Formats: sequence, structure tokens, C-alpha cells
Amino acid sequence: MTDANGLHVGRRMRRKEDPPLLQGKGNYVEDITVPGVLWAAFVRSPEAHARIASIDASAARERPGVEAVFTGAELDLEAPLPLAWVPPGVEVNAPAHWPLAKEAVKHVGDPVAVVIGTDRYAVVDAAEDVIVEYDPLPAVVDPEAALDGGDLVHDDLGTNKVHEWSLGGDVESALASSDVVIERRFVNHRTAGAPIECRGVIADYRAGELTVWSATQVPHFLKLFLALQLGMTEDRVRVIAPDVGGGFGSKLQVYGEEILLAWVSRKLGRPVKWIETRSENMATAHHGRDQVAYVKMGANRDGTFTALHVKIIADFGAYMMLLTPLIPSLGAFVMAGCYRWQAVRTDITGVMTNKMATDAIRGAGRPEATHYIEVMVEQMAAELGIDRLELRRRNFIPPEDFPAETPVGIVYDSGDYPGSLAKLLERFDPEAERGRTADGKLRGVGFSTWTEICGLAPSRVTGPSGLGVQAGLMESALVRVHSTGSITVYTGTSPHGQGLETSFAQIVADRLACDPQQIDVLHGDTSQGPWGLDTYGSRSLAVGGEAIARATAKVADKVRAIVAHKLEAAADDIEVREGKFSVKGSPDKGMTLAEVAGLAYIPEDNLPAGMEPGLEETSFYDPENFVFPFGAHAAVVEIDPETGKVDLVRYLAVDDCGPAINPSLIEGQIHGGIVHAVGQALFEQVAYDEDGQLATGSFVSYALPSAAELPMFETDRTETPSPVNSLGVKGVGEAGTIAASAAVTNAVIDALRPEGIAFMNMPLTPMRVWEALQEKRGAPA
Amino acid sequence: MADAVRVHVTVNGQPQTAEVEPRLLLVHFLRDTLGLTGTHVGCDTSNCGACTVHLDDESVKSCTVLAVQADGAEVRTIEGMARGTDLHPLQEGFWAEHGLQCGYCTPGMIMAAADLLARNPDPSEHEIRDGIAGNLCRCTGYHNIVKAVQHAARLQQRGEVPEPEMSEAGAENAREVAARGLGA
Repeated sequence: MTDANGLHVGRRMRRKEDPPLLQGKGNYVEDITVPGVLWAAFVRSPEAHARIASIDASAARERPGVEAVFTGAELDLEAPLPLAWVPPGVEVNAPAHWPLAKEAVKHVGDPVAVVIGTDRYAVVDAAEDVIVEYDPLPAVVDPEAALDGGDLVHDDLGTNKVHEWSLGGDVESALASSDVVIERRFVNHRTAGAPIECRGVIADYRAGELTVWSATQVPHFLKLFLALQLGMTEDRVRVIAPDVGGGFGSKLQVYGEEILLAWVSRKLGRPVKWIETRSENMATAHHGRDQVAYVKMGANRDGTFTALHVKIIADFGAYMMLLTPLIPSLGAFVMAGCYRWQAVRTDITGVMTNKMATDAIRGAGRPEATHYIEVMVEQMAAELGIDRLELRRRNFIPPEDFPAETPVGIVYDSGDYPGSLAKLLERFDPEAERGRTADGKLRGVGFSTWTEICGLAPSRVTGPSGLGVQAGLMESALVRVHSTGSITVYTGTSPHGQGLETSFAQIVADRLACDPQQIDVLHGDTSQGPWGLDTYGSRSLAVGGEAIARATAKVADKVRAIVAHKLEAAADDIEVREGKFSVKGSPDKGMTLAEVAGLAYIPEDNLPAGMEPGLEETSFYDPENFVFPFGAHAAVVEIDPETGKVDLVRYLAVDDCGPAINPSLIEGQIHGGIVHAVGQALFEQVAYDEDGQLATGSFVSYALPSAAELPMFETDRTETPSPVNSLGVKGVGEAGTIAASAAVTNAVIDALRPEGIAFMNMPLTPMRVWEALQEKRGAPA
Repeated sequence: MADAVRVHVTVNGQPQTAEVEPRLLLVHFLRDTLGLTGTHVGCDTSNCGACTVHLDDESVKSCTVLAVQADGAEVRTIEGMARGTDLHPLQEGFWAEHGLQCGYCTPGMIMAAADLLARNPDPSEHEIRDGIAGNLCRCTGYHNIVKAVQHAARLQQRGEVPEPEMSEAGAENAREVAARGLGA
């Protein structure tokens, strides 16, 4: 496992996580059994908008095995469900949101009652016996119309507008003095996170202590809010995120079901379990995207970009959940993309509709921003008659300009945009991939040269007095060397597929002269380590990994001091070498970590004067800045003009997330990220009809990409270190998703341009592409 | 609730007998009755394939099979793929090629791929993609899953394939034992 230098960082290492998962020995929430557990099933609204006229649960209560039925009237929580974004100086209209609807339902799937019983099938039967009478109200569905007055989602707020938020200065003068200004209207449609594991919760309140197992990305957030909602002290609340079957942002949430199950467990004095069905997940796990954007871009005839103005109307759905109104703002921070501008401005208007709430889904605001920028760049290239890659090169922020402040006041840490594009073009000839094929297919190539903002932290920017997130986005780590030399690492991040048990062990192993197999990385149990801020926003390595590096460095310093003391050398002369802490220049003089750990726990006279025994350290890390990964992607598509079907035939990506810890894990994140965006571009859409009914309530109608629709990916990397952290790393979890929808869309437009189609919005489904072609051919669609 | 029905099923070579509700899904029989939680539920509509198991040597989606339909049959789940500590070639392939991330779709994906390789020991990339098109993964983008199946096919072609844990004759014997009412 180790090479001559003992270096694990940068190498492909098989994941430590995998052996149990491969053998069916994972431990997901549904796999966990608590003695005496009761099952919960929800009664949910079939109406998009209605007053609850009456609820009759008597038949349900009489069913055998039913222990209780609760409705919103019986809830006595301390506070409504949380909205954790309170931006200073911005008015945010947020309706009260309870785990069970109190008087009215606001979207299909809004929970009305919960049935508790001894058998998982019986509670579903009983839920069907709960008779709810609804007085339907008009459903608000179109977000633009919702801003024009008329029917309201929440009468008491008097408006459907949630907020207005802007970033960037005056763009009008720069646009006015531009040679060319183009405008496009984008619809960046609603999608689902759709992890293959739905949500699931077990709550067990006993003897004044609450334990909750949840399929969540954010056990620490959940612990805090459980305490606040239930009026408990945090020390009495333990949240465990066991193996979690994917999240993609949809489990970055404090859900009503989690709070409610804890409340029910306390009320009944029994553990309670709920496993979500896929239909519930499609209707009530938060959605993502759903923006209409009016975008203006200015440039001069020589190809110099001047200004970009993006006006976003964001459909937030019926309630403001944990971070709902913040999400489009995350895109505004990188609305400059990879380019130099005189001015960039984003104006966001949030609006409520009778749909499920939107919130963070993989990329969260940044896929939308990149889509607007990168599609506009290719639109502008066509307008100016300049090659789209040459146009990009003329406007890239040059490598020598970093750190580079953009017109929106954000400082990009490092970058080499021409470098990643050049490496991409080493791998293929775009011109050879374009045009009509021998069998009449339309072939096109699209690009996306992207950057994004991630590594969420730093608290001085994101916190209550800055951006307004009501949390100190930072990260913690605890590194504990046991007396025999094995190591337990606790991270405050909460991985759910990212492979951090492996990459974090690689980081620690190099610094403590040991094998990653000796290192257990624990996560997702709030009782095992310090307060953490969990996993989302491509933050786990750049913030959590750096915290681990820092805690490990403290341990290594202590180890060096002990070794120096024992071997009568200077601490500065002790180096990690071939599995030992050795004296420089005397490689035979050294000690293993196990030997040092033995001394640390049996101190006698083994430690330097004044040194405490033991060998463990904690670090809390709040970075100075975000990190800004980047890259260049290209998609090649082939369209059947007879059916409108788009085939993705090649996809190439060169990404830069700084020096690799484990290249295999990076590639895995990139592949999955790309497909998430390909799904949005070509297949996936959460669709509500004009009455607010959900048309995509299961995987029968919500089209996740399968293996049969995708090519192998051609990926490569460049490594431009970030100056922000000692590892030089940037996040990679969302990179592919942020980049790819623009590349695919540009490729489709490139293929269709000879047919007279110069712009299209996603999803580029066969029907929509076929209709666009029919329209151009003058045939009735 | 309808009267319980007795079913005899051989699961991973072990005869099992239980009284079940006629509507009990095979996946819940495996998970909740037998405690074999490696088989997962992802969609309830046979679209995602997380619940894929083998029923008499053919892959089925156990969320849309009733336990009573498996009466008298032989079921293999992910727990029956490794031989002791020796991983099945597909398990080895998924590990070597980083073919899993969250791991939730993995058991079903492996069972579907095992069925594919049993029918087609040397599948092309296209055949692999078609063969696992009924199994959804949200993490990997399938690239490394395709490589994992190719990896397993290579291992199997080199003869590094574990035999099924029980011969057909042994399974038949187990069924007879079950039918006589072991545990009755």
C-alpha cells in the first residue's frame, strides 16, 4: 500500500468504504431496527392548494395495530420549521411552515396527518382511512404570473414575492456603449435530487434523551434544530447519519418529517420509524433549479466582452425551507464566469407558487449561472461571427491575474483557464465532429469553460453579518492516536458516497507515517466528535480535509517532540520517512507511530518536561476565502431529425480541483456530476400541470438517465493549487453538474443551427427538438 | 388482513419457511422477515432495480414480486455472492474500478450484472449498458460501473469465478427439506 516515500496522497487507492457495501452489509436507515419500534405513514394532500375543511381519523384510529393519529392542530413545537438564511437588510417573506399543515395545504404532498402503528403495511392502510375534506383554492403555478397580482399562495403575506436581492453594480452604461447587445430568455427548469435511497428517519426518545437516525447530509444541523424545535438542550440530542444512499442536495435539509418523528417519539415514549416511498420523495423532497432568467450580454465587434446582466425569477414553491431563497444568490457570486468584464449584475426576485419548495440540488445556483454564461458566450460568438473558442480565449481572465477580483467583488483564488481549454483540445478535433452524418443525423459540438465558487465557509463572508447564513460555516476535525498506534479520525463533514473515509485517511497517513488501513474515519454521529457543519457545497475536502490536515499536524508536532526527546535530537530534525519518524541524516534512528503512542499513554519519564500525556488533537478551521475550481468541457451530440432524439455520443472534460488526493475519487465525482446535468439537459423535468398537480410523481414519469443513454467519458485534469488551504485543494462534487448542461445545450444548438434553430431551452427532449424542427420546416407541429 | 400463507423459499442455499401475508413483497420478506438487508428498495415501480435479486437464476425486481410467488423457488441475494472472504468477481470489479459511491444501487446492480454475465460472458460495452439499463445509479454516471462489469468479465474468463455455493441437486434437496416442513 505504501511506496518508497510513504506517500498516499495523490495515489489511486481502493476505497475503505467498499467491502461492506459490496456484500450487502451496508447500514442504511431502513436497515436499522430498534426494539419496540412503531411505524409512521403520512396522509398527504392530493390538492395543490386548499383549505382543510375537516379531518376524520376515527376509522384509522380503530384499525388494529394503530397507536395514534396526529394532525397539525395537536402539534406543540417551539417554532416553525427553519429558514437559516436571514440576509441583513433584505426583507424575506417567509410563511409559517409546520411539519403538519394546520389550516390549509399549499402543494401536492403537503402532510396533513401522521398515522403511527405497529406494522409498516397496517399504517399505510390506516392512512387511507383518514378522511380529509378539502375546499380547493386556486393554484398559483406560473412564477411570472404570480408576481403580477391575482391569487396568493399565502393570503397573510399579501404577496407572492419572497424577496429581491442583487449583486453587482451598474451595467446599463457598459451595455449602452457596447457594439452588440444580445438578449435571451432562459427557462432553467425544475429538477429532483433523486438519490436512489429515499429519505428515512428513526426517532427514539427515552429517559430525556433523543436519538435520531436519518438519511441526511446534515446531522449536525439537524441536531441543532431538533433541540430548538423540541425545546431540548443540544447535549441531550444525538443525530446519526448512518450509510446514506446519496443526497445530491436533497438531503441538505431539516425536514418536517424528521422533527415530527422526534416529537411523536417523545409524545408516545416509543421509537418511531418512517421510510419514505419514491412517490413521496418526488413530491416532498425539495426540488432544485426552477428559474426564468432574462439575460443581456454586451460585447464589442473585436470580441471584447463588456457587461452581463442576469435578471432571475426564482420559483421557490410554497415554503421557504432551510436555504431556499439563498440558492440563486450562490450563482450570482460567479456570474462573471471565467471572463473579464466591465460590469456584471444579477437581480433576483423570489416567488412563491403552489409547488414543493426548491432548495439546494447539486450545484445549487451555480449550474444555472454557468448555463446562462456559457450558452450566452456561444450565442454571442454566432452574433459576432467569431470562433467560440477564440472568443473565450480573448476574454479569459489570464493566469497571471490571480488572485483576481471580479466586478461582483468576489476574489477568485487561482486559475488557468486557457490551460484547461488547451488540454481539452489536445484530445479531439471539434470540427471533425460537426455536420450531417452519412445517415442523415445532425451532429454538433458544444463547450463549457466554467468556474464555480465552493468550499462553503468562510464564516466571515457567509455568516449572519455577511451573506446571512445563520451558521458559522467552518469545519472541525479530531485526530485520536490510540495507545497501540491505530488512529480514529472524526470529521464534522458527513459523507454519503464521496469516499472521504479513504481520502481523509490518505491525508492523515502521510503525515503520521502510517498505513491508511490503520485509520478509521468516523462521521455522521454527533455524539462522537466536535460540532461540524456537514457535507454540501463541495466543501468537505477544502474545509473538512484541511481541518483534518491541521489537527494531524498538531499530532505530528507532538510526536516529533516526543521522538526528539527520546532520541536526543532537535524536533525540527525529525521527519516522516519510510513509515517512521526519523532523525534527518540518520535514517536508522527513528520511531514508529505505535512506539510513540505507547510513550504518550504510558508517560513515566518518556515525555518532554511539561508535556501532557495522550495523543489526540482537535482543529477548527475557518478558511480565508472560498475556492474556485474550473475546467473545460465539450459535448458531442447526434440528433435524429426524424424523431428529435438527441444522443450524447462523446463527452470530454478537463477539470482542475487543485492537487489530487485520490484521482479515482475525483473521476467518480466528475462522471456522476456530468450525468446529473446531462439528465437536466436531455431527460429530467419535475413537471406540474396548470392545476398544480405533479405529473412526475415516480420514476415511471421522471426520467433519470440510464447506462444505455450515455457514453464513456473522456476526462483529464490540470492541477492549479489553491492558495487558500495547505492542501491546495478545491471542491469537485458539483463541478461536473455546474459545467455540463451548457456544453450539452450548446452542442444541440450547434447541431440545429444549420436547420435555422439558433437557441433552445432545456429539457432537450425528443418532442421539443422535433417540434422545433417541424416549426422551422413550416409543418404543423 | 388476509390469512397468512406458508412459503418455502431457498435463499442463498438455505431453506427458509415462514408464514407471510399474501401481499408481502419479496423484498420485504428478504429484508424484514429474513434480515437480509443488502437488497434495497429505491422506487416501488420496478424502474430503479435497487431490489434486484435472482429468482431461479434469473434477475427479478423483488419490489414487484410477492413472497408467495417465490414459494418453492431458489433466491439468491447480494449476501450470497461472496464465498466467505473471497469476493465474487463482480464485487472485486466494482471495488477495483470505483464502481460505487453511496453503495445503495450496488447490490441490485451487481445482481443484474451477474445475470447479464451468465447469459453473455463477454459482453461489449453496448451490451453491458443495455444489460444494466434497468438499474439506476445517481452517483457514478455508470462509467465505472461499465468498467467494473468488464473487469469482472475478464476475471471470469480467466477462470476466476466462484462456483455457485450450492449445486442444482443440493438446491433441490434443500427444497425438499423445506417442503417437508422444516421448522413446522
